[in-house]
Amino acid sequence: MNSILMDIYFQLPNRNELIRVLLLKDYNTRLVIVGVMLLGLAGGIIGTFMLLRKRSLMGDAVSHATLPGIGIAFMIMVAHGGDGKSLPGLLLGALISGIIGMGLILLISRASRLKEDAALGIVLSVFFGIGVSVLGVVQKMSQGSAAGLESFIYGKTASMLTQDAYLIAGTASIIVVLCLFLFKEFTILCFDQDYAGSQGWPIIKLDIGMMLLVVSVTVIGLQTVGLILIIAIMVIPAAAARFWTNSLFKMILIAAAIGAASGLFGAILSALFEKLPAGAIIVLVSAFIFAISLFLGSARGFCIRYFMSWRLEKKVSRQNLLRSMYEGLEKNDKKSLDKESKLRSVQSGISLEYFLSNRSWSMKKLTRLLKKAISEDLVYEGADKKYHFTKDGLSEAKRIVRNHRLWETYLISYADIAPAKVDRDADQIEHVLGQVMVDKLEELLLSNQAALPILPSPHSLDR
Amino acid sequence: MNGIHNVEDVNKIPVLVHDLTVAYHHKPVLWDVDFEVEEGQIVGIIGPNGAGKSTLIKAILELVSKTSGRVLIYGEPYRKQRSLVGYVPQRESVDWDFPVNALDVVLMGLYGKIGWCRPVTKNYKDLAMVAMERVGMADYAKRQISQLSGGQQQRIFLARALVQDAKIYFMDEPFVGVDAATEKAIVTILHDLKSKGKTVLIVHHTLQTVKQYFDSLIMLNMRIVATGLTSEVFTQKNLHKTYGGRLTLLEEAVQAYTREGRIDE
Repeated sequence: MNSILMDIYFQLPNRNELIRVLLLKDYNTRLVIVGVMLLGLAGGIIGTFMLLRKRSLMGDAVSHATLPGIGIAFMIMVAHGGDGKSLPGLLLGALISGIIGMGLILLISRASRLKEDAALGIVLSVFFGIGVSVLGVVQKMSQGSAAGLESFIYGKTASMLTQDAYLIAGTASIIVVLCLFLFKEFTILCFDQDYAGSQGWPIIKLDIGMMLLVVSVTVIGLQTVGLILIIAIMVIPAAAARFWTNSLFKMILIAAAIGAASGLFGAILSALFEKLPAGAIIVLVSAFIFAISLFLGSARGFCIRYFMSWRLEKKVSRQNLLRSMYEGLEKNDKKSLDKESKLRSVQSGISLEYFLSNRSWSMKKLTRLLKKAISEDLVYEGADKKYHFTKDGLSEAKRIVRNHRLWETYLISYADIAPAKVDRDADQIEHVLGQVMVDKLEELLLSNQAALPILPSPHSLDR
Repeated sequence: MNGIHNVEDVNKIPVLVHDLTVAYHHKPVLWDVDFEVEEGQIVGIIGPNGAGKSTLIKAILELVSKTSGRVLIYGEPYRKQRSLVGYVPQRESVDWDFPVNALDVVLMGLYGKIGWCRPVTKNYKDLAMVAMERVGMADYAKRQISQLSGGQQQRIFLARALVQDAKIYFMDEPFVGVDAATEKAIVTILHDLKSKGKTVLIVHHTLQTVKQYFDSLIMLNMRIVATGLTSEVFTQKNLHKTYGGRLTLLEEAVQAYTREGRIDE
């Protein structure tokens, strides 16, 4: 029992191993790390466009479609007297069958009335099926050694030759350069295909070019990541990057960085723990980064969105408290005619009951709001158990009430042109509408009624 | 040419469509469409849903393939005259969650001029800003497009076409789902374009505003029902022919018609 459990445990790396890997002492470790980082970088860049073109599933289907090519290339090479293990030959086979798969998807979805998802499902499963059968046949061939071909499916614990690293580096640089030069063209293709077409951009050629880059990433990633998981190194970094920015160019940079970082940590972890395959670990690392981005992303992560709505709610509640207190006083004010009683009414406070009957706040929330206002020194609780403005509180309340009333008047008087501007905060009225308009609105409000301490309210205060 | 015009005349016609048939999956959606548009006019394309209004524009712009027929833009096929044509697609046709800002979208109107593989330089950005100013959106240049209202998005699309400085504009339902301010802004720009001798073709479906906005009309229901000056073809008889038995729309049509105070025919 004990020994079985021991068998399942991963061998923890000892201190020497740890140092050797982390200091990149092994030539092979260095090679793998550089290779996988470049792969992640290229995957992140082309993945961003693929994601925005909504072609993620097509990327997956195309990568599955590379399998028959590997088997067939092996057979051809063995038939010509080799041992069939030349990597460039196998990858060329993968490339060709990936391209055929892509062509078939486009053909099926354009020429028949099948929807694209059906075309994807058919090509993915049929090509993968052919691939598995071909590999089965190949295993039984007397010449050549087919052992290890199935590692292209899941990827294998990283080992890389210098020439493999060169191949990855070369292809990755081509992808980076092409995406840089075709940034504009890919952007317009992804955003608005019809408009791009009307402008004379060859959308079908651009589309095919983009998918060719996807196939290239698949092919250079076959060895380490494997064809089943390769889609992840394109989709996940791009999807994670979207949480951090609203700019396409930055999204590409961030996706590239996330891809490279996943490659780096994935390769290191898999070098430290013998049994962990590099491909799966790279995907898990990028998934971890995705989860972090989902929550903490600075542009549209959960936390920032929650924080924004929390802050807005707090601000609105504070404004509502001050407004409702001010308007309560104003109501008392209207009933008293002479100046002296007016003064008294401003000094008179507002009771808890007034707030509760005028706003939809619970007692708990109201107490919290009042506490907050007291701590900000805007309001104090008098001996009469009523709430009074401090001097600062009164002027802040005046400002808020005035701005809200100006907005309301603006919306009432200029209803037809207003909607374009109302998504701004009432507090910024001068900034949004300009001083001339604000003066005009003030005049409009004041002309309606006799002057009061500040502008009168455009809505009825008796609720 | 088509027997009516000689070559010189044809070169002066902004849009000439002759014998156009378009089919999706062997089912024709446009039959034998023939019309021509006069320079400097604002032309409305009206008809019920499924009448092929958008398809007509897309066929002219070679975005869908023609089963038969010919389209000439100032006497030449569209692919030779692209620089003369600006296009405003339907607002819903794109994903507004796309990670670009308003200025980036307007700049797309200049991509053709900038050319393959070249970066967007500052003088192009200045040009785009002028177009944004024209539609009253200069303050929103740096906004992410998902944070714009429907009307603002429509104005951005309009600016993207304006920046092309074309001679003919095709607009697909630019008035759908926009606020009154945007509608006003679009109308102002249409008048401006007209005064500069540009030609504008607009797919439209609110019959109430037809007489107010359009110099001439193309009334379409898979076939051309009528084309000509709005004052001549916007009649109850033609509306009946165009909208057929579609009752609610017909009612709307009749309402629009009687509002204009033209009960005689």
